Amino acid sequence: MKLLMPYITGGVVPGWTAYLSAFEHAGADLIEVGLPFSDPTVDGPTIQESSDAALARGTTPASVLQDLADVRTGIPLVASTYANIALRPGFGDALTAAGVTGLIVPDLPLDELAGLDVPGVQVSLLASPATPDVRLAEIGRRSQGFVYAISVMGTTGERDRLAPSAVTLAARLKQVTDLPVLLGFGISTPEQAGEAAAVADGVIVGAAVMRRILDGASPAEVGAFVASLRAALSLVAPVR
Amino acid sequence: MSSITVRPTVVPGRYGSYGGRYVPESLIPACEAVAEAFSEAWADPGFRGTLGALLSAYAGRPTPLTPALRLSAELGVTVLLKREDLTHTGSHKINNVLGQALLARRMGRTRLIAETGAGMHGVATATAGALLGLPVKVFMGERDMERQAHNVFRMRLLGAEVVPVTTGSRTLKDATSEAMRHWVTDADEAYYCVGSVIGPHPYPTMVREFQRVIGDEARRQCAAELPAAIPDYVVACVGGGSNAAGTFAGFVETSAKLVGVEAEGGSGAANGEIGVLHGFQSLFLQDEHGQIKEAHSIAAGLDYPGVGPEHAYLRDLGRARYVTVSDGEAIAAAVRLARAEGVLPAIESAHAVAWVVRAAGTPELPGGSTVLVTLSGRGDKDITTLIAEADLA
Repeated sequence: MKLLMPYITGGVVPGWTAYLSAFEHAGADLIEVGLPFSDPTVDGPTIQESSDAALARGTTPASVLQDLADVRTGIPLVASTYANIALRPGFGDALTAAGVTGLIVPDLPLDELAGLDVPGVQVSLLASPATPDVRLAEIGRRSQGFVYAISVMGTTGERDRLAPSAVTLAARLKQVTDLPVLLGFGISTPEQAGEAAAVADGVIVGAAVMRRILDGASPAEVGAFVASLRAALSLVAPVR
Repeated sequence: MSSITVRPTVVPGRYGSYGGRYVPESLIPACEAVAEAFSEAWADPGFRGTLGALLSAYAGRPTPLTPALRLSAELGVTVLLKREDLTHTGSHKINNVLGQALLARRMGRTRLIAETGAGMHGVATATAGALLGLPVKVFMGERDMERQAHNVFRMRLLGAEVVPVTTGSRTLKDATSEAMRHWVTDADEAYYCVGSVIGPHPYPTMVREFQRVIGDEARRQCAAELPAAIPDYVVACVGGGSNAAGTFAGFVETSAKLVGVEAEGGSGAANGEIGVLHGFQSLFLQDEHGQIKEAHSIAAGLDYPGVGPEHAYLRDLGRARYVTVSDGEAIAAAVRLARAEGVLPAIESAHAVAWVVRAAGTPELPGGSTVLVTLSGRGDKDITTLIAEADLA
């Protein structure tokens, strides 16, 4: 089965955790929860806006993790945040206490991983279309849980079509790792999700979800969008 | 006095625990390409020769060392000014930019991108782009564009595209974030010309090497001018810290006491905590949750919440000390230098002068000391601010 991981910025709106159960009921396999950071250098306008909105509400990494500890979903939660948050002392314990089992830190590449101290949490590494083969293999070896394949050279954000680089990268990664390869960055529609899942083991959908939430869509409405992604993925045969 | 040896750290790109390369995976190959190209170029006499020729025939180097005679008499310390304000484009930024633009051309890159705060790095990059025929795109916070309207016009006059950044505090921090976001989308063709000793490896080291011409020249000039050959104190203002890093590089292995002067509201080295931003680990102003705080300074060029990693390391070693100066002290120092010496410094540089004014005759800077102060830029760009802030009664 193809994997679906929708993204939400923690604390973006009051009662934000209601979206988590909507995602789960819509057929998400995992949920990526962004811990907002003041300077999200890897993110495009939509996720930047959602981070600003969360911070303006007084959201902190600790408050997001506390919210997660209070709700407890039935599917794995993967936190994502920036190195400045992830490298702070005690961060690993805070993740574990919140029931988070995975972590993505987009500005903490292979070379700087040694500074990260999150025992018991699976750290998924990112791979990019520009990553050379030798390094891609190392990313495949050292990633945990899944490998996050960046579909296009750029920041997060909706795009009109799936980049050709996504297909190439997914194929290259499949040769160097047995972990699931999830494609993210720019996957915005069920059609694109289906197209991406034809070459990868699943998709990560962030900005398309967040734009709906920022526009005021309810958990049920966003859940329906996630269900449409799930439906598109279910039409795709497994890669292996 | 015995000389002090500060060796570079063993791991490339690391200054103690600071530095590193905290960038998205997509930018790792671009950083590696710059590191490799710089390493080759810096070892190549041809590259060094071309850069040296440009620095003298185009940028106006060497810049003079000016004894500030009247100010010295007033303060009771001997003040020598290293005149980066006399370079082409009016600040030390040109030293670094000519080096990086030549490197970009050597790497076959077809355009330059840059971030700017006060606009001087943007003007320098636009200038180098015009000189070498490389299109330039400069990211600048909307607030800084208002404060530095003349420099915005200068950049456009030189043919550069100035992109307003409307996120966050709309200053240098946000312009830097936006430039990095743009670099990811264009890493194959564009060369990111970083304006200070910040960013992922190799930028902090590379920018220091391009700026060390300030310190090397000043060291030679001091040897010729001063009976003791070296000054007792070497003082420079610090935003990200490139003019200070370049100046300190000439004196770090001498007995001179190194002083970096930050803006009170942008004091990464004096008041920051360890963190990661814009691709490097260093000292940053941040809250208890790890969010980066907005810096505030009347000098747009010092309005940055962090400091280059080498400065953080020199601070930890005790080799340099970092002090802060208020907006008001900086303005007063700019006016004082103008009236005493006929030299109007950039408000950034006036911070360094302000510390000398404040500390002279105290145990921090005893009477009779010899002080080298880097004037990183000239104050023409700050006239609007001075009209609003300076009390000329």
